[in-house]
Amino acid sequence: MTDEVLTRVVIDCASGEVSYIPLTDEEIAEREALAAQAEQERLEREAAEAKLQADREAGIATLKGLGLTDDQITALLK
Amino acid sequence: MTMQVIQHIELGSAAANIEFTSIPQTYTDLYLLICARINENAAIGEAVYITLNGSTSNFTNRYLQGDGSSASSSTLTRYLATQTSNQATANTFGNAAVYIPNYTSSNFKSISTDSVSENNATTAYQALQANLWSDTSAITSITLVAGTGDQFMTNSSATLYGILKGSSGGVTVS
Repeated sequence: MTDEVLTRVVIDCASGEVSYIPLTDEEIAEREALAAQAEQERLEREAAEAKLQADREAGIATLKGLGLTDDQITALLK
Repeated sequence: MTMQVIQHIELGSAAANIEFTSIPQTYTDLYLLICARINENAAIGEAVYITLNGSTSNFTNRYLQGDGSSASSSTLTRYLATQTSNQATANTFGNAAVYIPNYTSSNFKSISTDSVSENNATTAYQALQANLWSDTSAITSITLVAGTGDQFMTNSSATLYGILKGSSGGVTVS
């Protein structure tokens, strides 16, 4: 990202007036907080997906250890 | 039912936020169409977030998303829609249809969206988002935030419609 001035476009629905207004420091901070929150949620989501995949693989290994065939395991997981 | 254009904006230059203010309180529901390209260069699609009445609090979310290869479901606070990024096919914009019923009521507000990030390749995002704003205030302003830390590119557009429940059984669009 460049150091350009970030702006918001405001459309007043009552008058139809359109304004391009530089973001305030608070609005910039809010965007940064949103980015950090999204990144945190992405990491949590990926960790949950990784755990799900690991548990799935461990479960399949356990079923095979119990003597189930691959087709039986596939049918169970459908 | 009557659907009327409240306001339409097509960006003449890039903007981080698009904000509709002083929304008339005379309609039953709101319908918002977004057609945007976001200057994100790391992924095919990028998120658009929502703020209502300047508030970023009391939002909950659940979305279902496909990426051309698989589907997933998760939550992402204030995630309104997916749109096309600058990594996608040139001169291509995303589409999102946002419906907000009973926006003037004293109940909590639900926001339903279906959106796509257009791309001429296997990877493209299609998403259904369900948001809830747990606030009893009537909605007077809607802010669309290009995430994360990005901007809506020139020629991105948004159109806000007001929908009136009719009694005639017909549909009038103006």
